[in-house]
Amino acid sequence: MFHIYCPHCCEYREEEEFHAAGQSHIARPLDPDACTDKEWGEYMYFRANPRGIHHELWVHAAGCRKFFNITRNTQTYEIKEVYKVGEKPSVVADEAK
Amino acid sequence: MQHYSGFGLLKHSFSHHENWQRVWRNPTPKKKYDVIIVGGGGHGLATAYYLAKEFGVTNVAVIEKGFLGGGNTARNTTIVRSNYLWDEAAHLYEHAMKLWEGLSQDLNYNVMFSQRGCLNLGHTLQDMRDIERRVNANRLNGIDGEVLDAKQVQEIVPVLDCSDRARYPVMGASWQPRAGVARHDAVAWGFARGADAHGVDLIQQTEVEDLIIEDGTVVGVRTARYGEIRADRVGCVVAGNSSVLAKMGGFELPLESHPLQALVSEPIKPILDTVVMSNQVHGYASQSDKGDLVIGAGIDGYNGYGQRGSYSTIEHTIQAIVEMFPVFSRVRMNRQWGGIVDTCPDACPIISETPVKNLYFNCGWGTGGFKATPGSGHVFAASLAKGEMHPLAKPFSMFRFHNGALVDEHGAAGVAH
Repeated sequence: MFHIYCPHCCEYREEEEFHAAGQSHIARPLDPDACTDKEWGEYMYFRANPRGIHHELWVHAAGCRKFFNITRNTQTYEIKEVYKVGEKPSVVADEAK
Repeated sequence: MQHYSGFGLLKHSFSHHENWQRVWRNPTPKKKYDVIIVGGGGHGLATAYYLAKEFGVTNVAVIEKGFLGGGNTARNTTIVRSNYLWDEAAHLYEHAMKLWEGLSQDLNYNVMFSQRGCLNLGHTLQDMRDIERRVNANRLNGIDGEVLDAKQVQEIVPVLDCSDRARYPVMGASWQPRAGVARHDAVAWGFARGADAHGVDLIQQTEVEDLIIEDGTVVGVRTARYGEIRADRVGCVVAGNSSVLAKMGGFELPLESHPLQALVSEPIKPILDTVVMSNQVHGYASQSDKGDLVIGAGIDGYNGYGQRGSYSTIEHTIQAIVEMFPVFSRVRMNRQWGGIVDTCPDACPIISETPVKNLYFNCGWGTGGFKATPGSGHVFAASLAKGEMHPLAKPFSMFRFHNGALVDEHGAAGVAH
């Protein structure tokens, strides 16, 4: 059960008010018509699925109904940070393991 | 392998059951195998069993980081059915169903497969249209199925609230009489015992830390406990951890790992002799032979590898169960747990070759892999033995997400999410 800080409401609320909306920072192809099938398939269906640090989009569905980002550890479930859409995460995974 | 029988039970009773043979060996791995299976759950063990028994490949190791059948095999709600909408999925799950029907005899191990039928309830007009479409599709594929109205559903399950007073009144259901439940642990143990008897090495407590890849070809795995173990072919059957293993292979899979929770009640007297599922109010229940109600519903919406989920999800599950079965409202819950399910965008599995030569993946079963255990193992074993995908597995290539040939069972097949 998460206790999530909504950066728009500036309050901690229970997970029940929120809805997880999947991976953050997915860039829409600038020129979709020029995409190969592989590129389009990857944009549509392939999502980061790390065991560890993950950046994900959440929506405060039963609150302000605004979207924001959470950096969370998918193994321990610890929420590392909350930041608004358009901002960059300050906690990132160490790619070199 | 010691043959199990009623006579054997009697014979061993004279020595106070102290001389039973160990069910499988605990060998030290060899340096090289023909095939390595990563993951000793139901699907991995079934793969090893059929490889050795049907396809004559006995130089096989199953490498498991924990203990056999300790992941999702031990955590599911044991429902077996094959009433999927699309031909590709229906053929695959029906292949499994046919193997289930002879499995206890084949393994000489009682997997307690009980064909008590499965109801998928409809609560709206659209539900009923979907049910009719699916049952018709099933029957065209030779899979048993009937469309029932609310009265017929009530006759099968007297304790189900089929009245107009329900928040979402039951309008009818699809009914697959051949569906049912099986004892999940026994399935893993039966396949493990059978595989071991055919010479397969079951290596437990050994985590694969990396795949050894030379010139784009997999040649083995690296483990912390035994170092390098080489193989001509490697099959990964690791469910929730598939993305982690794919990363070792240098490619990505279109999977997301979610927690899926289930729970059981205290044991009560026999009250529910079939499986009842509802996608609309979103919960399903059956009663085990021990008497506890086995209850499940949907995944937690966020990604998670923690084998646990949120209490709010359990609360929603229980709300659905009490909505369907008001009579259960005062039953106390005994245990609750979570597994990590690897969900695919089209709610169908990936049984596939990969960009790495001789490396194969069997994953993406999401919330409904248990029912496919023997079928999944059989087609994956055939593919690994021949180096070419089995015809039933071909539509489930990972490359379908690049060419668009999805098998979209989302919502179509009574897939409970």
